[in-house]
Amino acid sequence: MRSKKQPRELLLKGGTVVDPFRKEKYVGDVFIKNGKIQKVGDVNYKSSMTQVDCSGLIVTHGFCDIHVHFREPGREDKESLATGSQAALAGGFTRVCVMPNTNPPLDTPESIRFIVEKAETLPIHIHPIGSITKGQKGKEICEMVAMRNEGAVAFSDDGIPVSDGEIMRLALEYAGMIGVPIINHAEDCCIRKNGVMNEGEISTRMGLTGNPDIAESTMVNRDLELAQLAGSVLHVPHVSTAKAMNHIRRMKKENKHLSAEVTPHHLYFNDEALVEYDTNLKVAPPIRTEHDRRALIKALKDDVIDCIATDHAPHTIEEKERTFDLAPFGMIGLESCFGVVYQTLVKESGMTLGELIPKLTVNPRVVMGFQPDLFKPGIQAEISVIDTEKEWVFKKSSIQSRSGNSPFLGKKLTGKIQFILSKGIITEIT
Amino acid sequence: MLQHKHLLGLEGYPSEDIQTIIDTAFGFRKVLERPIKKVPSLQGKTVVNLFFEMSTRTRISFELAQKRMSADTVAFSATSSSLNKGESFKDTVQNIEAMKIDAVILRHPASGAPRHLTKFVDAVVINAGDGTHEHPTQAILDMMSLQEQFNNLEGLKVGIIGDISHSRVALSNIFGLTTMGADVMICGPSTLIPPHIEKLGVKVSYDMDEVIDWADAVNILRIQLERMGTGLYPSIREYRELFGLSVERIKRHSKDLVVMHPGPMNRGTEIDSAVADSDRAIILDQVLNGVASRMAILYLLLGGKTEEN
Repeated sequence: MRSKKQPRELLLKGGTVVDPFRKEKYVGDVFIKNGKIQKVGDVNYKSSMTQVDCSGLIVTHGFCDIHVHFREPGREDKESLATGSQAALAGGFTRVCVMPNTNPPLDTPESIRFIVEKAETLPIHIHPIGSITKGQKGKEICEMVAMRNEGAVAFSDDGIPVSDGEIMRLALEYAGMIGVPIINHAEDCCIRKNGVMNEGEISTRMGLTGNPDIAESTMVNRDLELAQLAGSVLHVPHVSTAKAMNHIRRMKKENKHLSAEVTPHHLYFNDEALVEYDTNLKVAPPIRTEHDRRALIKALKDDVIDCIATDHAPHTIEEKERTFDLAPFGMIGLESCFGVVYQTLVKESGMTLGELIPKLTVNPRVVMGFQPDLFKPGIQAEISVIDTEKEWVFKKSSIQSRSGNSPFLGKKLTGKIQFILSKGIITEIT
Repeated sequence: MLQHKHLLGLEGYPSEDIQTIIDTAFGFRKVLERPIKKVPSLQGKTVVNLFFEMSTRTRISFELAQKRMSADTVAFSATSSSLNKGESFKDTVQNIEAMKIDAVILRHPASGAPRHLTKFVDAVVINAGDGTHEHPTQAILDMMSLQEQFNNLEGLKVGIIGDISHSRVALSNIFGLTTMGADVMICGPSTLIPPHIEKLGVKVSYDMDEVIDWADAVNILRIQLERMGTGLYPSIREYRELFGLSVERIKRHSKDLVVMHPGPMNRGTEIDSAVADSDRAIILDQVLNGVASRMAILYLLLGGKTEEN
């Protein structure tokens, strides 16, 4: 990966422009001057411009991932804001939201400010998500307004469900004053118990404790009803089950302040992939059945799911080399994201590129209240240039993250990021 | 000799290999009945017994099998809690393998640990029980004991009774017996029957009398008394009433029923002493067949020399 300052006048020439905001796709040029979008359409080359030939490539918005774990502060041995930024660039992401389950957790205005200040000099935009409750203990809600004023874009105790329904209601009502989304890791801890994979025939064969699909769907249903009662904004993260999806599908007809995301790994794998006890496939919520996987793909096509988010969760090799019961939950996902979802959704499931791109760009930006029109003149350029036909094998060298816990290693993917423009930097992905 | 390098479990294990092990084990059974119960088959081979969990009979059975075969053996025991704190599983096993060993017998509280181990060591790995997953050598000795009684496993009706959810013995028996063409019915409180178990090709019953009427043999599992109080079953009294192999229950059925138990038994709970000590019980045959089966497995996997050459 090679990064350098963008030339003063940069012309991305002759690419297929996919504009997910205007829902348009055409062959055209993007002209960027002083790091800002000048014109999108037909632009004549002038000698003052540095021209990059984009013929045969897709030129679109930089991706936005609203669910990543960069582990800073506290576990910089797994990831830092700086290394996570490189992983994001490699995956075509110019903007991410970091989850607050750090050590200490991001549960004060001061800790939010720490992230915002530290991210200023990094090559992507990083927005902190604040904790819902102090210490993520599920007891007392945080100073949400002060945290929002410092830059928190949403609130979540991600990794730990807000089990107490009354606290969840209070959090929704309080965040409702400022219209900021609440994101609850939706699993009923009593029903989940110590499940390490989906409960089903495969978990029985493997002798592993199962986590049944209703652990998710009952909690999602509770949250949907609470959000409706409070009239607040709810975003449902990493939906993994057909049952939870049905609840969301139904409630979306009544509540427009509702959004949902799915991860690339829940779209790609089913629980049969776990038979080798690969701890890189131990994630929360777990990889579900083929029936669930197909329901997720359908919900994405039907716009019941708004966005794709990676839940990029770095862990050290030492931790992931423990036995299946002891290994931590989570996998990295930024670098492999596009290759996985393009392969799964466009190549195998009949989705079009025009349907896929908004799930990675406009939709997550709308959920978080970011500028969704990145081709508007005057906007700082956040652009991904993609070779969608490129077949490649995901290897250790494809990983920029400090951790390597990916089950996609060795897998053949389709679609690869070539260039990315972000914060005045142009990065070539090799 | 066998198609797989390791013995990790009986799921998908070839039926002809199970039969080869059982046939070989009957040969070694004869050795155990001699005055001098030792053969040089594994001379020069080194086996490590790596037990991360408490075990008495499986460990002793393996040790005895190794000694009868003249293998050099070392034992390593660690509780899982000490492993959590200090040295990792990987470091422990790599250290042991660096001492040049031929086989590892692994007992571990985590399901999948033996398969995990094969990624870090070149030695042959034999699963001596992993979590709530499999206990293949137990199932092989159970099948050997059944074959001794009935001559054939094909079409044999075997009931497995007790806490199926937490039993690696049950799972390995299910995989092994169905592979060998036996019919299996499992029975226990509905809270201790794993989800979708019928997809493994077994019948499920909550009525122990139905199982006894149906079965040629029953394998009674140990009920973990420490699970009391976790809500999985309400009381020992009710458990015994519903699923205990009591004298009264046996009396209600006038049939020849072979009774097995992998041990250790809770006498008076899942099985009455009068049943366990009766002629219909083959529990002590199972113990002896356990040594013979493990000798056969070690012999076939370590490619030992026969006594003659």
